[in-house]
Amino acid sequence: MNTLLYIAGFVAVMATLMTITRSNPVHALLYLIVSLLSVALVFFILGAPFIAALEIIIYAGAVMVLFVFVVIMLNTGRAAMEQEKQWLNPALWVGPASLSAVLLGELVYVFGSGDSVIKPVVMSTPAQVGAALLGPYLLGVELASMLLLAGLVAAFHLGRRESAVDGKEGSA
Amino acid sequence: MSVISLNIGLILAATLFSIGLTGVLIRRNIIFILMSVEIMLNAAGLAFVAGGARWGSPDGQVMFIFILAVAAAEVSVGLALVLLMFRKFGSLDADLIGKTGADRDAGEIT
Repeated sequence: MNTLLYIAGFVAVMATLMTITRSNPVHALLYLIVSLLSVALVFFILGAPFIAALEIIIYAGAVMVLFVFVVIMLNTGRAAMEQEKQWLNPALWVGPASLSAVLLGELVYVFGSGDSVIKPVVMSTPAQVGAALLGPYLLGVELASMLLLAGLVAAFHLGRRESAVDGKEGSA
Repeated sequence: MSVISLNIGLILAATLFSIGLTGVLIRRNIIFILMSVEIMLNAAGLAFVAGGARWGSPDGQVMFIFILAVAAAEVSVGLALVLLMFRKFGSLDADLIGKTGADRDAGEIT
């Protein structure tokens, strides 16, 4: 099980690295989907099968498909990819990347220096998660529903006004 | 049940978060910035689930579901703004939008 965890983690890190360095947005999205699928496997190994399913259905399914549709709709073309390659020169990314590497080193030191917790995995079933979600966390669920409604209204408003303007321009 | 080292989950979350942070800092294309924010949110959720596995309670998974809701709302509004921005400016450059009208015109001429 540990070997499986290491392999899934390695694939996740590699795919995420590829995601942030690609110049073609579609390639980056496909690498991000690979990364999310391997993180779902990590969730499964950590004893959270319900979260693994949600990760695949909502993240790798819904959110990434939304990204893919937007990239297809924008259709920026080859010139934008060339420009993207120009923006990725080492002079621009060495500074921020080294700062992030320092942060990563500190975090790994903190997590690695404590006594390593090696214990059997306790699987939380979907029934337990649901009972906790609708029990002590009911207020959070209500707040999340309001947040999602606000997101829906905002996305609808932003998309609709622009299309109305386009319609006027088209008729004029 | 199998026995695993639970620090690995936290270290993986820290690694993914750092990569996402690097992506936010180094990219100028707004779509890549949004994707990196998704990576960071996912890494935060992984840390919650690893913590929940450490204590054997479903609370970490409940927090992951909340993070999922926040990410879904964020990405829907963010992508609507990206579409609006691309129609208005014809570009996905995040730096271009930060400039005022005069600066932008000057930048295009030179």
